[in-house]
Amino acid sequence: MSGYDRALSVFSPDGHVFQVEYAMEAVKRGTCAVGVKGKDIVVLGCEKRSALKLQDTRITPSKIALVDDHACLAFAGLNADARILIDKARLEAQSHRLTVEDPSSIEYITKYIASVQQRYTQSGGVRPFGISTLVVGFDKNDSTPRLYQTEPSGIYSAWKANAIGRSSKTVREFLERNHQDDMDREQTIQLTIKSLLEVVQTGAKNIEVAIMAPGKSLEMLPDDQIESYVKSIETEKQEEAAKKKTRTGTATAAILTRPGGE
Amino acid sequence: MAFSEDSGCGYQNFNFFLAEKKSAKAVADSACSWPGAPGVKLTARRSSLDHYFPSEVLLGIAGKDFVILAASKAAMRGPTVLKAEDDKTRQLNKNTVMAFSGESGDTVQFAEYIQANAALYSMRNDTELSPAAVANFVRGELARSLRSRSPYTVNLLLGGIDPVSEKPHLYWIDYLASLAPLPYAAHGYAQYYCLSILDKHHNPNISLEEGLKLLGLCTDELKRRLPIDYKGVLVKVITKDGVQEIPFDNDKIVRSA
Repeated sequence: MSGYDRALSVFSPDGHVFQVEYAMEAVKRGTCAVGVKGKDIVVLGCEKRSALKLQDTRITPSKIALVDDHACLAFAGLNADARILIDKARLEAQSHRLTVEDPSSIEYITKYIASVQQRYTQSGGVRPFGISTLVVGFDKNDSTPRLYQTEPSGIYSAWKANAIGRSSKTVREFLERNHQDDMDREQTIQLTIKSLLEVVQTGAKNIEVAIMAPGKSLEMLPDDQIESYVKSIETEKQEEAAKKKTRTGTATAAILTRPGGE
Repeated sequence: MAFSEDSGCGYQNFNFFLAEKKSAKAVADSACSWPGAPGVKLTARRSSLDHYFPSEVLLGIAGKDFVILAASKAAMRGPTVLKAEDDKTRQLNKNTVMAFSGESGDTVQFAEYIQANAALYSMRNDTELSPAAVANFVRGELARSLRSRSPYTVNLLLGGIDPVSEKPHLYWIDYLASLAPLPYAAHGYAQYYCLSILDKHHNPNISLEEGLKLLGLCTDELKRRLPIDYKGVLVKVITKDGVQEIPFDNDKIVRSA
């Protein structure tokens, strides 16, 4: 051990703050969360840990939390840390309403969350939050969907679609290949679930999906609907695989004939 | 301010409630009573009752499956009407409304403070608060405020439908933090004119239509006998489907006896 990862908020000689980097490692080990913006909605998707046999699933907390009526958040990383951060965000959202009589903008809430996370990288006696968040929602009197990400270091950024947590790189690359502007509701939900299925092997029962639309409250997609999406995606995939097989079959045949012809 | 986490990241400094914002009045009060200030005499805040103007009308009627809250529309300062379309109600959640009267400034400040805390509670615990829970929270806050340097001078009627039992609830709360669940209630001078009418005509099984008719009897009586123009009432009805503002005929002319 180099010794620079013992005390907090101390630089190593080459400019690293190790505790923050470890926090980002904790995020990478957390379950995956995806956010996708469509034309007029924004969707959050999460990988859900499967419950144990004797666990009461009614009170297993979700990875998707409402910050205010118009703003919602999904996280990846340490669940316990997330609870505290979400609580701070909720308090600030209500406090903002009380002081200026308006709901806070999504960017404001994101900035607030990020600034709390930053503060915990530069104060004594604390450790950074081991979570990244995806903040989504709509500003007041505005139907533009918003999607932001925050990180343990306190960085925040805006996205069209993004993933955090385990295998987020795979999912992000999938989103980069498949995201289009102006996706309608169906397409946006489909892309969210499809991208999650890249890394979630167990299918529908380990996925949760939340949808936000302007002026409406948060909608959690019911399990049976998620299942039907997953099924249609899987049959689609199988059909494609079957097509590929026949195509590759003829291709190998062509290659085989060529040397024979020469 | 208590909720701007000023002391670094101390998680032990966790705030349970959304803290109150001190009004300018309270700040001024604490300034003049500063022990070190030379030449400034410590003056008590004027007694709440000296100033309190009970000419605002608040009426509440609970029926079979609804609660009606009516609040006068005049915003007054002393004998002067400043506004004739004032809304003295705040919705606390999907199924609870609070109507308030008392010292202007205090009223809205207090109502919005309650509103924000009710919203925060629902958000944190993923539940809607029942009217009973809100009423007891309000009472607690008023009791706390009463024992502070500058208490809120606010009288309230709180009406709502319990989201679980779907039963109507009406609470009478005053600035001394008394709380009473009632089938019908009034604040201010309206009590003197309306309670007898409600005693005679109200029963807990009346329909919304009958309830509004009963409210009409009350406002007629106020017009007949109360020598104050309170500029009509704003009527809110709470049912299990939510809160609705009901158009109410305030232009009816009632002759004095």
